[in-house]
This record gives sequence, structure tokens and C-alpha cells, in this order.
Amino acid sequence: MEEFNQILLLFISTVLINNFVLIRFLGICPFLGVSKQVETAFSMGLATTFVMTLTAGATWLINTFILEALNLPFLQYVSFIIVIASLVQFVEMFIKKTSPVLYKALGIFLPLITTNCAIMGLALLIPLNGYSFIASVVFGFGAGVGFTLAIVLIAGLREKLEFGDVPEVLKGVPVTLIVAGIMAMAFMGFSGLISM
Amino acid sequence: MSIDFKELIKDFTNGLWAENPIIRLVIGMCPTLAVTNTASNGLAMGLATSFVLIMSEIVISIIKKLIPANVRIPSYILIIATFVTFTDYFLKAFFPGIAASLSIFIPLIVVNCLILGRQEAFASKNPTHRAIADGLGMGIGFTWVLTLLGMIRELFGMGSMFGFQLLGEWYRPMVIMVLPAGAFITLGILVGIMNQISREGK
Repeated sequence: MEEFNQILLLFISTVLINNFVLIRFLGICPFLGVSKQVETAFSMGLATTFVMTLTAGATWLINTFILEALNLPFLQYVSFIIVIASLVQFVEMFIKKTSPVLYKALGIFLPLITTNCAIMGLALLIPLNGYSFIASVVFGFGAGVGFTLAIVLIAGLREKLEFGDVPEVLKGVPVTLIVAGIMAMAFMGFSGLISM
Repeated sequence: MSIDFKELIKDFTNGLWAENPIIRLVIGMCPTLAVTNTASNGLAMGLATSFVLIMSEIVISIIKKLIPANVRIPSYILIIATFVTFTDYFLKAFFPGIAASLSIFIPLIVVNCLILGRQEAFASKNPTHRAIADGLGMGIGFTWVLTLLGMIRELFGMGSMFGFQLLGEWYRPMVIMVLPAGAFITLGILVGIMNQISREGK
């Protein structure tokens, strides 16, 4: 029971308190690039969550059973990026074969995920924090949910901003950054929620 | 083979303003926001990224004819990852303080879209000397924005610059500037100001 509580706390703190986008600054590129519409933002979030959960498990296994067992820590970056790139490729082929509908919704976002630093950041944070296998997968899933939450929220705000009277020079990226800053302030309010 | 210096200068200055990676192209945003809480962190991150960028542009522009077109992206990433590992071990050995404060953002240079983007857009199509000019220009363009952002955030957030206390006892630091929220807002305003400057220049 104690362990279950720990895992639940880890999930909540990953989604809200240490939000990958707004607090850790990982995955800013898609956050700014693919957040014009709520619908596409949600699809991107879904695809990212899926890949993140798989990546967390896969990189944990590789790090523990290959890199640490054979004492090859200097290959960490090279092997993680290969794992992520091939995982994304594999997921793309798998979805294309099994579910054309899902492929249509997620298809164009999948290649973009390879260079999403949230995924690589996740792979690097797991060995740093020394999580167990289950904790790693939960951490990956929580990170994905946090990413989806942030990108859907900002997309909703940007849809409204379209009709706002924004000064000409601030249109586009600058105003999105300022709105994201205000969102980050709001997320700071969660910081006292649980202590880990 | 003669070297056209005018062309080289154009390649170099391109990254400083006209196609500045952060302000104009809006790429490489994660380190831009994450490690600019102090001026020296911003400068160190900029230099580390520039080193990886220039070295991989040199290597890729030399071996571009040997790389088959359909596996070029994985090959580029491998070359970049090699230089990033090198940089990371170098910083950990000689500058442990900087390595600790930049933490995972050094390995994350691997997935910085600025670096991969320049290989795809420039190094894979141009001769080596032009690739060096482009790498230098883009690297300096990236570094100066990071350093400026770090200077602004450190000045308002801690009243200091590069670690030296500039503002006296009377100044009450705006802690928000060194927190994540401050990063977003400062960069947003900075990009807005730059937009205004380049509009007036036209």
C-alpha cells in the first residue's frame, strides 16, 4: 500500500508540480509550434504521451541491463537517441498497420516527436533520479499527461487570443510566451501541494 | 577553388540578426528558457551549443557525399551525439560547477532543433568553409541572445551580473525573474522589442 501511495504521489507531482513544459522547460518547441488549435494540440499530446510511456520503459531496461551492466555510460546519449528514433518509427509503422483512423490523427506528429526534447529529457532524468521500472513507466506517463495538459491549455488560450486586440509587434510568438509565463506562475501555485 | 569572401561574410552575419535562431526562427527554445537564470549560465550554454554546432557542421560538410540520402537524419544525429558526449565529459572534468548548473541541458543539445536544422538546411548542401562561417554566425547569434537574456534575468532577479553584485542593498530582487515564469515573460518581451527594432529598420 505504501508503495502504491508513492507511485500515485509521483504521478501527481510529475503532472502538476514538476510539469515538464512549464516548470522543467522540456518540449517547448512543439508547445509553441503545434498549439494553434485545441484539436491538433490534443492529438500531439496523445502521441507524445504514448511514445513517452514506451520510452520510459525501454530506456530503463537498456540503461539497467546493458549500459550499467557492461559499464558503458559514455554510450548513454547515443543509445538513448537511437532507441527513441527507432521506437517512434516502430510506433508509426504499427499504428499505420493496425488503426488507419488513429494514424490519420497522429501520423504527421510522430516524426516530430523524435526531436522533442521532452522525450530525451525523460530518458535522461530516469537514471538521474534512480527510479525503479514501475516508477519509470509511471513517470513517463505522468510526464506525457502533463505535456498534454499544458499544450491543450495554451492552445485554448491562443484560440481566444486570435480575437484579442494584441499589439502588432507582439503577435504570434511573443504573446504566446507571455501567456505561457502567466500559466507557469499559475502552476507554481501547485508547488506546496505535496512534499516529496 | 577560389573563396568568395563576400559570400562568407554574408553566411556569417546571417545568423547574427537576419536569421537569428532564437528571435527569427524560434528554434532551440528549451535551453534558451531553462538555463538563462544567470548571465554566466547563458554564456556557457551558448558556447557549448556553438561548439557542437560548428564541429558537426564541419564533419557533415566534409562527408556529405558519403551519406546515403535516406539515412541522413540518423547519421547526423549520431555525429551530433558524439560531439555532445565529448562536450559533456569535457565540462564535467574541467568545469564541474558549470556542468552541474546546466545539468541535463548539456546532453539535450543532441535534440536541439537548431543543430539538426542547420545540418539539414546548410552543411549538407554547402562546402566546408561556408559551413564554418554559418556555424560561427549561428553559434554567436544563439550565444548573444542567451547571454543577454541571462543578464536581464540575473540583474532583475538577483541584482547582480556575471556573479558581481551591481545593485546595492536598497534593491529588492524580483525573484519571479529567475523562476520559470520570468523566463517566458522576459523572452516574450525581448522578442517583441526585437520585432519592433527590425520593423523600424525597414
